[in-house]
Amino acid sequence: MDSLLWGVRLIAILVLIWGVAGTIVQGLNGAGPSAEAWRDLVVAGIAQGAMYGLIALGYSMVYGVLGFINFAHGEVFMAGAMSGFFVANYLWQVHFWDNYFVLAILLVLLTSVLTSMLVAVIVERVAYRPLRASPRLVPLITSIGISFFIQYSFAGLFGVAVKNYPPAPDSLRNRIGFLGLEIEGTKLAVIVVALISMGLLYLFVEKTRTGRSIRAVAEDKEIAALMGINVDRTIVASFAVGGVMAGVAGTLWSLLFRGVAFHTGFLPGIKAFTAAVLGGIGNLPGAMVGGLFLGTFEGVGSQLVLAGLGIPAVSQLKDVVAFTALVLVLIFRPTGLFGERLSSEDRA
Amino acid sequence: MTLTTREARKTLRWSVIAGLVMVFTSAVGMMESFDDRLIIYPVLSLGYLMLFWIVPLAGFQATHLPRLEGIEPPGKGLSNVLIGALTGLGAGVILAVFVVVADRFDLREVFVSISPRLVRLLTFEDTLPGGLLATVLIPTLLGTAGGAFHLLRDNLGRRLVLALEWVLVVAILEGVVAQILRQIRLDALGERIYTQRALEWFAAVALFLAILPIPASRTGTNQVERIRQRLFSIDPAQRIRNSVVSAVVILVFLILLPQLLGSLLSEVLANVGLFLIMGLGLNIVVGLAGMLDLGYVAFFAVGAYTVAVLTSSLSPRFAPELSWWLALPVALLVSALSGVMIGTPVIRMRGDYLAIVTLGFGEIIRILFLSDWLSPIFGGAQGILDIPGIPLGVTRVSGISPESILYFAFAFVLIAAWVSWSLQHSRIGRAWNALREDETVAAAMGVNTVRAKLDAFIVGAILAGGAGALFAAKLGSVFPSSFELLVSIIILVVVIVGGMGNIVGVAVGAVVLIGILGGPNVPGLMAEFAEFKLLIYGALLIFMMLRRPEGLIPARARYRELHADEADQDAWLDKSIHPIQSRPSSSETTAEPDC
Amino acid sequence: MRKWVWLLSCFLLAATACGDGEDETTTTQAPTTTEAMMEIPEDPLGLVEVGAGEEIQIRSLNAITGDVAFLGLPNQRGVELAIADYGPISGRSVSVGTGLDDLCSPEGGQASAQVIVSDPSVVGVIGTSCSGAAEAASPLISNAGLVMISPSNTSPALTSDLAGTPGKSYQVGYYRTAHNDLFQGQAVARFVFDELGLGNAATIHDGDPYTQGLAQAFSDAFEGLGGEITTFTAVNKGDTDMTAVLTEVSAGDPEAIFFPIFMPEGGFIVQQIGGISGLEDVVLIGADGLLADNFMELPESEGVYLSGPDLRYGANTNSITGKSAEDFLAAYQSEYGEAPSAAFWAHSYDATTMLLRAIDQVAMEVDGTLYIGRQALRDALSGPGFNGIIGHIECDNWGDCGSQLITVVHHNDARDIESGKSNVVFGFSP
Repeated sequence: MDSLLWGVRLIAILVLIWGVAGTIVQGLNGAGPSAEAWRDLVVAGIAQGAMYGLIALGYSMVYGVLGFINFAHGEVFMAGAMSGFFVANYLWQVHFWDNYFVLAILLVLLTSVLTSMLVAVIVERVAYRPLRASPRLVPLITSIGISFFIQYSFAGLFGVAVKNYPPAPDSLRNRIGFLGLEIEGTKLAVIVVALISMGLLYLFVEKTRTGRSIRAVAEDKEIAALMGINVDRTIVASFAVGGVMAGVAGTLWSLLFRGVAFHTGFLPGIKAFTAAVLGGIGNLPGAMVGGLFLGTFEGVGSQLVLAGLGIPAVSQLKDVVAFTALVLVLIFRPTGLFGERLSSEDRA
Repeated sequence: MTLTTREARKTLRWSVIAGLVMVFTSAVGMMESFDDRLIIYPVLSLGYLMLFWIVPLAGFQATHLPRLEGIEPPGKGLSNVLIGALTGLGAGVILAVFVVVADRFDLREVFVSISPRLVRLLTFEDTLPGGLLATVLIPTLLGTAGGAFHLLRDNLGRRLVLALEWVLVVAILEGVVAQILRQIRLDALGERIYTQRALEWFAAVALFLAILPIPASRTGTNQVERIRQRLFSIDPAQRIRNSVVSAVVILVFLILLPQLLGSLLSEVLANVGLFLIMGLGLNIVVGLAGMLDLGYVAFFAVGAYTVAVLTSSLSPRFAPELSWWLALPVALLVSALSGVMIGTPVIRMRGDYLAIVTLGFGEIIRILFLSDWLSPIFGGAQGILDIPGIPLGVTRVSGISPESILYFAFAFVLIAAWVSWSLQHSRIGRAWNALREDETVAAAMGVNTVRAKLDAFIVGAILAGGAGALFAAKLGSVFPSSFELLVSIIILVVVIVGGMGNIVGVAVGAVVLIGILGGPNVPGLMAEFAEFKLLIYGALLIFMMLRRPEGLIPARARYRELHADEADQDAWLDKSIHPIQSRPSSSETTAEPDC
Repeated sequence: MRKWVWLLSCFLLAATACGDGEDETTTTQAPTTTEAMMEIPEDPLGLVEVGAGEEIQIRSLNAITGDVAFLGLPNQRGVELAIADYGPISGRSVSVGTGLDDLCSPEGGQASAQVIVSDPSVVGVIGTSCSGAAEAASPLISNAGLVMISPSNTSPALTSDLAGTPGKSYQVGYYRTAHNDLFQGQAVARFVFDELGLGNAATIHDGDPYTQGLAQAFSDAFEGLGGEITTFTAVNKGDTDMTAVLTEVSAGDPEAIFFPIFMPEGGFIVQQIGGISGLEDVVLIGADGLLADNFMELPESEGVYLSGPDLRYGANTNSITGKSAEDFLAAYQSEYGEAPSAAFWAHSYDATTMLLRAIDQVAMEVDGTLYIGRQALRDALSGPGFNGIIGHIECDNWGDCGSQLITVVHHNDARDIESGKSNVVFGFSP
């Protein structure tokens, strides 16, 4: 068995080297994407990865305190993006959007964050709290049910058609010079806002009382309770914070991609959980890095490795690259890139 | 007469719940969409049923006090009725407010399903504000009925519910009943009792009165328990004789069943069968060995594509055009190999990592089958067409004749069930049990956990591969769109809702979910539900996990695991109330309570 | 309780075993009669009998639920309106029953086809919406002797390659009024190569058999004209970040990109292409999947060309019912409260009238019962055509009956979608 895994590791490294070499040769011959295209690809990957990271934070937090995958978190993100749409659409119709863009986007952000937080907290109260004592498979499956339920309720309530946010003003869409590179404004905004949010989250978790309670509960629920921490309320807080992060991601998403539908949360949710696992589950910085890594590698990897191998239509294989990366990382480092952080109940 | 605060709180809670459920059902579009289907002609449509079912339940629950063993329940009386009425009233008021808002403002820019037609339906075709009277009054009456239910004698209440359930089943499953009546030459009866796919009201009343006198037995779990006890208390020789007789009867029944059902129902049942085979496979992986595999559809795809590549004349790269019978063992072998390939890196991972990694593998395989890159072998997005059916002497069995496919499905299901059952009761099965209960202890006791997990994976893969092979023959073509993540999740839902670890449970789950609601790509008997299928799946899953996580028909061990306190209490009570009666021990050990 | 179950099962078994459990066949052999004129016709595939006061049964099989409902609902409604316009046949009204759902999948198509063929009184089907569903449904329907006319299947595999070779999934009794995608591929290729004068192009599909088939048809036709396909690639449904695929495409430096996909992926492409260096001046051409309001209202969709069936019905009238496109749209609006959400409503209307006309032609009334011969019906459909709203309709040997008129429109103003849909810059007919 072990030899098989070593064989896999070897093959993976060989394929990677061969592919990259092939791409470099292509580039030297003049074929393949231009330098600017590569730059754009990397920047887009980072922006996408930043969003994955924000959503991944929610997964990691819930896993840290409760020990199961909250499949419904992708829908928390979608709910924020969808609610933001209705506000944005209204503001666009009354011409507030183009005239006072910054204010408008802040309103959208507020709506998105509040909705996501609300959905996350309600789901915890209604579905996860009664199952606190059940074996871990049960809340996991419940979360799958909730994910479907929310998706198709939204489809029924708001319709199945894709809803388009109004466009950001032109000033933002042009390229802005940054560190000597020309980066598209919206992508830059996404990366900056995501980094700020993560910084704020870090401060919250490290410095504030609630943050410390969350860390304590994540470490060991029983002892935290004995130390006087209200475990229930702390868990609600962790869901709320995860919801806030997802809400921010929802607004950033709408800036970048503009189209939101009931199924918008499903795939990003899965990718974000992949990112959380990649970085080390329960580990907040790990979730962020995992997200950035996944977002970047997804787009860049298919072009970098697969195109070099001469495979046609590499963009179709983006998800294959993402999941293969997950498998390989877990084979090379079974606890994720930065190591997992689990509560005492979950540690094997 | 006054209510205690506790009672008032419960009333408020349940009326809000009922009101919100009604508003939700309307806003999501279910009520309007289902209104097209009449159930009881000419009075009740499926829409109104979906709308109002919650209200009598809420009225009942608002006054429901848990029955404690050995303690006399508090007296029932007018308070039950009053509370039920208040609950219904509250719910009705919430609905009425919703109707008023929907009528005043055109919300369709945001909420697309809140249309004028909905308002008309909710006011029973009357204009506001007069129609609101009915909107408030009917829930009140229903709530009262719910509350008054407590006043009935136990047995009468149960019989009433049973009779009502049967009437609804016969009305809703009109397709099945009418078809069966047609097949046994009672079409005339079918035409008399059904009009426009709804049950005539007099037939409904007649059926209700006919079932009412039948004594109803206790809840399902107890019934399963008692059947088990009875089975175990029979002397072994007699048991063998009984099983042979039952086996023969079942076989004859299965042979005649497709003829009884006709092609339409055979088609539905064949689809159910395919999911059942996969459900049994996943049951081994999840239910017995405790590994959450979210990429199970990958093995299904591998089996189907193997058969396609080997048997189709249009297989792109090389078309050996083997017979299905030759392709089947190859498909099973390839599935087993994929089980090994996917299983090996995965089995050392923790439970949740395993879930996401298997999900990833499922997607990887689907995308590879879909890809342009591998389309010279697998056909890419266009799939592989012209898969000949299963050659059987002079004829070919394919989807054109669903009855014949159903025979094959039965055969496969029986084989899968037999494999499942024998493995469960073998050494491997016990190893899986130990693995699921506590991996560390199992390893300490000498169970080769890696081997056991891999074996579970492989067996599951083989079963899914077999289902895939049958699927390819039935459909006559394979497309990558048939193997999406959704399929894995639906199979999981079937296993969980039916009863994990229990073969009969999985069968029931498959019949109820796939047969009635429909699978991801196939319609069930209730085609009306197609639009809201996944919403109902989600709601069902949540409900089952909150109330009955062991599933509809649980494995005994599973029930004990999840309801440890209740099982212990039952055991204690049984011993203290019936000290003389000895429990049949056989291979099961009862939980010895520590008082 | 168990006793009852056993008794009931035994009774049912006995009843089945004794009775003839098979579905009734409708083949009737003509008894000899003295009057030659009033003979019950013979038909190698069997006859459908419609008694006095009974309805003639046809069915509609389209994608009417889920996120593809916008494709199938206008088809189903077209059937309903056509039945209303045509009126009764031989004094009997026509019924479409409950609209069936093909779930846009082969399994759904097979299951619903099973529903249809298990009812021996059904004469024909209008459907399916999605080509994948038709692949699985048409063998069943053909095998049962029925006819199927599709208003929106475009896959060449279902009919022929237009050069005399039947398609891989061709079944006798299958017809369609929609165009064959090979024509659309040729049309777009001619447009790009001849009209726009561009020599190299890239294509992007989304893994759907329809889009892949159309991209392939374009690719083959374009290369046949002498052009070069720089990249033939795809995205997956659900993808949002298009930077990777656009980067891949930019590496080949194409002058045009043909992306016959749907929303939301099509929307993402036009929104993100502006940020990819190297693709600033590339010409974008989509197909009828993007002839949808929620694509055309995007500001970035301005300048995109869209190919699709020729919707310039103008003053065309359906020669069978006498209604024009305008009449239809007015009736549609008043009946359903909205405009049709997809482009094949007229194809559906014409297909239904085609079927009804054929039924009328072959139906024979003898002694108060109407007999419709199944083979006769197929012969009638393959016979002389007529003029429909979409143009002249006449069926070739493999079921392609439509007028095969393709247009390319140029969408220039996101605030005026209607003019965008009718701004034809190129027309193609074989």
